[in-house]
Amino acid sequence: MIEIKDIHKSFGENEVLKGISGKFEPGVTNLIIGGSGSGKTTLLKCMIGLHHPEKGNVTYDGRDFTQMSTEERIEIRKEIGMLFQGSALFDSMTVEENIMFPLNMFTDQSRGEKLDRVNFCLERVNLGDKNKLFPAELSGGMKKRVGIARAIAMNPKYLFCDEPNSGLDPKTSIVIDELIKEITEEYNTTTIVVTHDMNSVMGIGDYIIFLHEGKKFWEGSNKEIAKTSIDELNDFVFASRFMKAAKDKF
Amino acid sequence: MNFTNFGRYILLLKAAFKRPEKMKIYMKAIFQQMEFIGVGSLGLISIISTFIGAVMTLQIAFQLVSDFIPKTIIGSVNRDSSILELSPTISAIVLAGKIGSAISSEIGTMRVTEQIDALEIMGINAPGYLILPKIIAGITMVPVLVIISMVLSITGGYLGGTLSGAVSPSEYIQGITTDFNPYTVNVALVKAFVFGFIITSVPAYEGFYVKGGALEVAQASTRAVVVSCISILACDYIVTQLML
Repeated sequence: MIEIKDIHKSFGENEVLKGISGKFEPGVTNLIIGGSGSGKTTLLKCMIGLHHPEKGNVTYDGRDFTQMSTEERIEIRKEIGMLFQGSALFDSMTVEENIMFPLNMFTDQSRGEKLDRVNFCLERVNLGDKNKLFPAELSGGMKKRVGIARAIAMNPKYLFCDEPNSGLDPKTSIVIDELIKEITEEYNTTTIVVTHDMNSVMGIGDYIIFLHEGKKFWEGSNKEIAKTSIDELNDFVFASRFMKAAKDKF
Repeated sequence: MNFTNFGRYILLLKAAFKRPEKMKIYMKAIFQQMEFIGVGSLGLISIISTFIGAVMTLQIAFQLVSDFIPKTIIGSVNRDSSILELSPTISAIVLAGKIGSAISSEIGTMRVTEQIDALEIMGINAPGYLILPKIIAGITMVPVLVIISMVLSITGGYLGGTLSGAVSPSEYIQGITTDFNPYTVNVALVKAFVFGFIITSVPAYEGFYVKGGALEVAQASTRAVVVSCISILACDYIVTQLML
């Protein structure tokens, strides 16, 4: 479980996060949603240590990440898998080398064992025959799937996904969403997805935090989100014509 | 502002020189970089050094037209100029352009495409993994390139001088073998070592802290080459002052 308490983060005069708290349970898909500039990605980066919050705590199963030394943080980070918005695959490495990279760095497995793990991860994301391709030879959806395969290579306890659907067509988005949900349930990972995609919200949002202007405005599940009376949340949820039409119909 | 940059540069180097997570992977990266910096630059350095040596001989011959000055001096002036100044400094400036811009672009692109964030999230010391192999390759391969450059520059002088008739082969060879002081090679190698460090670490710093996109990566590459060249010239003066 990951718990955040009263997270504050500013960039100069601009206070981006204004005291955000929440609990993210394992085995369910936790979503952080909100409009552009609401602080979603900043919150995610504070949670994984790429930004340092001015105030507040992030704890991983009771271990306070914000108070840790660099060496202690490295140990926690070995338990973290992350899917980046742009996939962040290493350009100079093949798909196989990308997934094998954390195994090479942190395990003493033989090459055969590592290859087995790579092939397992690639099969898991339905890319079994793409080992020798370079990232430049992959489509956007394939890159995301390789990103997921790399993220799960080390059997992470915590999985973070930063806008996993951005730049993907609706069908591929659903494939990625379902993959994230399956992996979360299968490996009981604590999964946190940052998104503003309403398909993801309705499809996999077991627990959702809605951020607006750096504050937590609402929390709940995808079953509750459409019934809320909070104006800011309604503006976000029903911003698209499709969602508005669906609301009017039902 | 410049003090801030210098402070960040020192902190980055401190992070880069931390103990590697896995030596085997770092060694592989070091050899890759040695191939890129050393073998990859050999052709360019060879061509430049040979022509500089040839041109130097012709210019020395042109400037020393006098019956009172023996022509053997052409060889000895070319030898000392090549060893002490031209080979280390010109090679370093050329390498700063070729290697420096490549290092800055590579690391800068990794920064803006979140590849460095990905390394950090995995628990890998990104400065160590990305910068240390480049610095080690730089401080080992630049001296090797400079030694090759010295040999080719002196050879180029021989070819240029004899083919043009500015100096006879025997006079040139007598010139380069007379009063040779091996200490000059030591000075050149110290310079090469320092330049190798600058050529790799300064562009790595510029690339590592890029913010933005393609334009900023390009600007960082330009800045890396400019700062490297100025640093090379400043260090050239300091090393020369200290050692000669």
